[in-house]
Amino acid sequence: MLKKRIIPCLDIKDGRTVKGTNFINLMDAGDPAELAARYSEEGADELVFLDISATQENRQTLVDLVKKIAKEINIPFAVGGGIGDEEIVRKLLTNGADKVSVNSACIKAPNLIDTIAGTFGEQCLIVAIDARNINGQWKVYSHGGSRPTELDLFEWALQVQSRGAGEILFTSMDHDGTKNGFANTALKRLNEQSHIPVVASGGAGKIEHFTDLFLSTDVSAALAAGVFHFKEIGIGLLKHELAKAGIAVRKTD
Amino acid sequence: MTVIIDYKAGNTQSVMNVLDKIGEPYLLSCDPQDLIAAERLILPGVGHAAPAMKQLQKQGLDQIISHFEKPFLGICLGMQIMYEYSEEGNTACLGLIPGTIRKFIPSKSLKVPHMGWNDIDLDINQSLFKGLNERESVYFVHSYFADFEESSTIGITEYARRFSAAVRYKNFMGLQFHPEKSGKVGQTMIENFIKMK
Repeated sequence: MLKKRIIPCLDIKDGRTVKGTNFINLMDAGDPAELAARYSEEGADELVFLDISATQENRQTLVDLVKKIAKEINIPFAVGGGIGDEEIVRKLLTNGADKVSVNSACIKAPNLIDTIAGTFGEQCLIVAIDARNINGQWKVYSHGGSRPTELDLFEWALQVQSRGAGEILFTSMDHDGTKNGFANTALKRLNEQSHIPVVASGGAGKIEHFTDLFLSTDVSAALAAGVFHFKEIGIGLLKHELAKAGIAVRKTD
Repeated sequence: MTVIIDYKAGNTQSVMNVLDKIGEPYLLSCDPQDLIAAERLILPGVGHAAPAMKQLQKQGLDQIISHFEKPFLGICLGMQIMYEYSEEGNTACLGLIPGTIRKFIPSKSLKVPHMGWNDIDLDINQSLFKGLNERESVYFVHSYFADFEESSTIGITEYARRFSAAVRYKNFMGLQFHPEKSGKVGQTMIENFIKMK
């Protein structure tokens, strides 16, 4: 049976892992490759690296880092943050990233989805969507959640799917950082309308939130950052508890 | 020496990384002479069947592969193009293994690509699976599959149907999942493969 994936997300700035709350009070949290290896040992199914510096000068640092991470771990990983053209996608994939995650750039130019999927294959393209519920309508935001757009979450998700996205990573801005659980209602609807995998993000605070997510929706994966970084939730224990609740997860020793 | 076939189709880097980790020397090459002289060949692959086949044919590597008599391992797309035919781009493939590669038909209850960790039931008598359990979890990313086939299937996975996640036909072996991304289990398979003569 296909397992539900647990995906820790690591924020990267200038080639280092940073920890913080809502991008405030960032602290250096060490070498991303080492942290990645630790998560992999603990039983993470996949990793996402989000480059929050994402400036042109830092792109080579990111590519070098990807190369190092790929040597360090033997589980799949994705890289996101400011990815805006085919060339950087090519660099990241040829240096060992399995997937790239694209957000604002494809809101600005949706054709980028067709281009990346057509050139490198749908399997390597995650389209990340940040959205917020405003008076009952889920509105998409760009630029790390700072700019509202006219897009509706569900319509945009259908469009990215038809253009060739391999996965949708949906972050509910209403839930992100609250530690009150995932946006299960919206996630359920989003997952039911999609024939590509949906990854849930935003709101994880305790183990029960993951259990609730997988019992109330059929999403493929859950992504979280803080609860794993600060060791509030151990990945091993989380997977043990999910298995106890009858959710299919990959067992790791 | 182990030779990884360089045909511009995907994730050679991650296969190289695993071999580096194991400490196994290898050559990444598309030179026909290197392929002929290889102790064993690895055909990686991510992407689309049609351009992959075209690239192999352009370099004349398809013929060399067909006549290769030592251990051969195809990974993901590399396994799919070992079959006779793929529905992906309606492509005639290498024909090393009898059968056709077909597409998973997506629906709301069947996500395509089949992506993530899934169980595989292994024929543990195979030397490729030495040291592993009858049921393991491995990492898949694919939209096309090979049907279960009594004569060649050595690993079965279920995703809406039972399909061939690992095959062996004579000296030709194929893995539909990514052993290089499947943690220790996948690494064990690669270690077993490079011991084969």
